[in-house]
Amino acid sequence: MSSVVSARGLNLTFQTSDGPVHALKNVNLEIEKGDFVSFIGPSGCGKTTFLRCIAALEQPTGGSLSVNGMTPDEARRNRAYGYVFQAAGLYPWRTIARNIKLPLEIMGYTREEQEDRVRKVLDLVDLAGFGGKYPWQLSGGMQQRASIARALAFDADILLMDEPFGALDEIVRDHLNEQLLALWARTGKTIGFVTHSIPEAVYLSTRIVVMSPRPGRITDVIESPLPRERPLGIRDSKAFIEVAHRVREGLRAGHSDD
Amino acid sequence: MRQVLAVLAVVAAIVGLWYLACIPMNMQGVLVEAERAGAQVSPPEAAARREMGGVSLALRNGFAIPATWAQERPRLPAPHQVAVELWETTIDKKITSKRSLVYHGWVTLSATLLGFAIGTGLGVLLAVGIVHSRVMDMSVMPWAIVSQTIPIIALAPMIIVVLYSVGVQGIIPKAVISAYLSFFSVVVGMVKGLRSPDAMQLDLLRTYNASKGQTFWKLRLPASMPYLFASLKIGIAASLVGAIVGELPTGAVAGLGARLLAGSYYGQTVQIWSALFGAAILAACLVGLLGLIEKMVLKRMGMA
Repeated sequence: MSSVVSARGLNLTFQTSDGPVHALKNVNLEIEKGDFVSFIGPSGCGKTTFLRCIAALEQPTGGSLSVNGMTPDEARRNRAYGYVFQAAGLYPWRTIARNIKLPLEIMGYTREEQEDRVRKVLDLVDLAGFGGKYPWQLSGGMQQRASIARALAFDADILLMDEPFGALDEIVRDHLNEQLLALWARTGKTIGFVTHSIPEAVYLSTRIVVMSPRPGRITDVIESPLPRERPLGIRDSKAFIEVAHRVREGLRAGHSDD
Repeated sequence: MRQVLAVLAVVAAIVGLWYLACIPMNMQGVLVEAERAGAQVSPPEAAARREMGGVSLALRNGFAIPATWAQERPRLPAPHQVAVELWETTIDKKITSKRSLVYHGWVTLSATLLGFAIGTGLGVLLAVGIVHSRVMDMSVMPWAIVSQTIPIIALAPMIIVVLYSVGVQGIIPKAVISAYLSFFSVVVGMVKGLRSPDAMQLDLLRTYNASKGQTFWKLRLPASMPYLFASLKIGIAASLVGAIVGELPTGAVAGLGARLLAGSYYGQTVQIWSALFGAAILAACLVGLLGLIEKMVLKRMGMA
């Protein structure tokens, strides 16, 4: 099976007034269909930049990157992925349902199809009945779920998430992580997930990509031995703790050489 | 309740100050009239009185104080004189009368509204161009700023003369001046508003592969609404000033500006002040009306 995302020798250098900044240096990674890949590392390690490269929101300065066998920009034009940002970014002048309709309107879905899909994704993220509410009437966690629903509403088989739960408290976060796994199991999407949190990365991912800064690079790729079915209790298991330990070691190793 | 009291207290203070100011302002004239009527005034010599300030005259001629609030052509009319004149020229006069302030107000208002519509339309169009084109941003914006540094009082006669020479007169020249004053606040506010969506919002639409038009209609325009209304409120007040200024150099026969001008020709201070208040009341109503529309629109949009 061919990779959904394939990066070979990827480089990205920003030119700033203080000289060049190596946001990504020689990044090699294959993401297979149906993978849940987490990117973890300290700030400045390029994890968000890499995700933005996949989304064609940044332009790599070297190496090759393909998404669904196309260039990232072609993939973007083909609406190959849904992107979830750290902030929900819902339009305050649209209800939740109309916020979810936004990509559907832009992509030219018929009115009936829009209604149909909004209902389905609202169910999927457990927000049925909230379609008529305005964003300010919802809690932060609910808003973020609505923004995930918005990314799921159209037929993209890749879901890119940039610290989507970073601004939420631990309890809400646990709950959303559990829901996200259920959603992933139901939809079979390929997910790229940027996070700061080791437990979150280990709990969610089939593969964990550990990155380190200056220059931004991959220091370790960990294949998770955990089964796909993961109750929250799995976080106390020996396998989970071992993986978390290895991630922590990887992060420390990345830091030791600066 | 306390807010109402505070507002009333401020109004009372202003009116009180106004009555006080009338005493020294009008004392000279009152004493001249009193002397003619045979009253004893101090000092009796007109030349000596001219040398003295209004306050000291008032202190020496306390009996004349009530008369300072009742002159026919005072330097500074008292509040009740202006109020009476306002009442007589709005409520009592027939609207069709040339002396009705409602008639003159309508003449100015129609030019204001036309100018405001032109100015707002032009302002929005320029803002859309500026936001979407770097060339326009660099070429139009400086001129828009420069345009507002020229005193309108200098420019208005030229606009009227130039338009007259090509056969345009009546409401149009006034509306052009009024549009000239109002478009700028709309440009500035709309540019700010259309640029208000942050990078993340624009990135999101990029991930949908949205066109520029879709980005405009679905994101930039709705996001700019609060900014637009703030600009419109400034713009409509400026429009009214523009229409009044546009009435001055033509020696216009109708309009609030014409009332101001005629009042100053004939020393009719009460008429000047009532026209000024008429303009202020009109401006307040227009801004208030825009505020109501703003509330309704933003509420419908779910943003208020």
